[in-house]
Amino acid sequence: MSALLDIIPQSAQVEVHRPWPRHIVTAEGWTHVAQQIAAGRATLLDLWAAGDDAPAVHMALIDEASGDIAVVSLPCPDGRFPSVGALHPAAIRFERAIQSLHGFQSTGAPDPRPWIDLGFWDVQHPLGAREAAPAERSAYTFLPVEGESLHQIPVGPVHAGIIEPGHFRFTASGETVVRLEERLGYVHKGIESLMSDVPIAQAAKLAARTSGDSTVAYGIAFAHAVEAARSIDAPPRARYLRALMAELERLANHFGDIGAVCNDASFALMHAHCGVLRELALRVADGCFGHRLMMDRVVPGGVSADLDASGASLIREMLSHVRRRFPRLIELYDNTASLQDRTAATGILHTELARQFGAPGFIGRASGRNFDARKTPGYAPYVDLDFTVPVLTAGDVNARIWIRIREVEQSIALIEQILDRLPDGPIMRALDAGTARGEGLGLAESFRGEVLAWVRLDGQRVARCRLRDPSWLQWPLLEAVIEGNIVADFPLCNKSFNCSYSGHDL
Amino acid sequence: MHRPLTEARPAPDDMATAELALSVMRAARRRLGRSLAIRQVDAGSCNGCELEIHALNNAFYDLERFGLRFVASPRHADVLLVTGPVTRNMRQALERTYQATPDPKWVVAVGQCAADGGIFAGSYAVTGGVGAVVPVDLHISGCPPTPLQLLRGLLGLLEAGN
Repeated sequence: MSALLDIIPQSAQVEVHRPWPRHIVTAEGWTHVAQQIAAGRATLLDLWAAGDDAPAVHMALIDEASGDIAVVSLPCPDGRFPSVGALHPAAIRFERAIQSLHGFQSTGAPDPRPWIDLGFWDVQHPLGAREAAPAERSAYTFLPVEGESLHQIPVGPVHAGIIEPGHFRFTASGETVVRLEERLGYVHKGIESLMSDVPIAQAAKLAARTSGDSTVAYGIAFAHAVEAARSIDAPPRARYLRALMAELERLANHFGDIGAVCNDASFALMHAHCGVLRELALRVADGCFGHRLMMDRVVPGGVSADLDASGASLIREMLSHVRRRFPRLIELYDNTASLQDRTAATGILHTELARQFGAPGFIGRASGRNFDARKTPGYAPYVDLDFTVPVLTAGDVNARIWIRIREVEQSIALIEQILDRLPDGPIMRALDAGTARGEGLGLAESFRGEVLAWVRLDGQRVARCRLRDPSWLQWPLLEAVIEGNIVADFPLCNKSFNCSYSGHDL
Repeated sequence: MHRPLTEARPAPDDMATAELALSVMRAARRRLGRSLAIRQVDAGSCNGCELEIHALNNAFYDLERFGLRFVASPRHADVLLVTGPVTRNMRQALERTYQATPDPKWVVAVGQCAADGGIFAGSYAVTGGVGAVVPVDLHISGCPPTPLQLLRGLLGLLEAGN
């Protein structure tokens, strides 16, 4: 803990918070930590608020070198806290969301505009002191853009394809995008509110439906948090089965993404072939665990479905098919000049920006950020498995495809190791009938990056749960990446990011 | 060497056909021929339904062989395929999409959330199902429905009115 302890001022520590410490700081201490994050001495993982009986804001941070994690909390009974976003831009949207959802004011915040709340609800500050929304919706002001011959292109919320809704406001000079501004929140379902004071099993179902493409990863992150709060571990076989499901999920999503990016460059052949591989992975998941997306198969305490011998042979059969087919697709991607022309040097995310935002997943790893929650902080069973984390520095659409390609290869190797070493034993450890309060923080590496789950348990119920999708720290970077590219390359850039709307909007 | 990946068409779902018979007139077949243009609208789904709707286009299901295809604009659509509990933030966009779709048109609500809000029902942020916002002709259940369930429902829509 030394490195992180150095930047967190001497302060009271919350006893029931596991597995990493939570410190209660003063406003000065809060700003000090924010300054340290801004100086690059720690990475901001999340910034959220609790508006219940003990109003407070919380920051989760990580020392990427050591893997140490800590939560820093500032009680704010008067509903005010010093802005982190004023020092560290990655915090700006978190603070805007806190202001809209909880009604807490971040003093000195650079952008006071609402976020997530689009003015359609009956209430204001639904997670804080609720009050009736004003009768008139106030107009939203997009950032000003000045210059000659500029035009705007509003896109969404309903998009042209089969994708989630959101609004993109492009300002273009001829074909070149000079600014993109996102407006999100259209699929906000109030998940944090629905997860307040509910039985653990109900909260697990909601966590599994936060972003359907990452349902396994959400299940694992939530289970990690609950198990930490209860100081228990799932049985070894369950940990292995979770990793098996997580790697199947990663394979399916990466196949889908690789094909979909190529499709947005009008190269439908890759899309068709990758679609077949994705379907095979989903059918194997269905054959093994009874659900194509493996929803609700990871639960606090273990897993709800076991793997039998026929399931294992289904998986091995699928892997051997992929091992034959996938290299030919990589070759096709790599040797098609017209496709490379679209993906190489397009939508570059600079390494410094990726570092500053702690860009999760393949987005960070394509821009030099060597981070993967399976390694740092690491969790079972990955600490016992042999795999590498691919990292590139070009930061373009092409690099984001190549990271996925390399991760497919790693996932295949991981699944083979898991099948070879799968321990016998129970798949579930019952959560005891404890009545105590406990807090837990859990991480899991989804295909898109690390998912965070923070819970406060009150006996058998979840008093409060915070879920942070990796997209929170990726969406803002898409705005930077598209700048200077042509409008027609936006679908490529966007698909190469493939951020979750639902996971972000909650 | 290889057999084609595309699989035999499934039987139309009996329940789906029964539900449809109430709302789809015989004229549909005559007016549209064997073709339906579908505009998908995500009205707050977790994106699980979108993944399975996407799968309809892969080589195994090959939706277009049935005359069903996804279009980019509601102006070109016969069918709105709506997912999600309809968040309050999407309500207006769904209404406008519905209004932009020319008659005759049908609305298919996909997934448990679209039926009644599902697990998200009761939230300050959702309306509680597609039927609360626009008239629904067919429900396809599941969380999410499998591509086969989706295909059965859509074939039912196509064959109703025979």
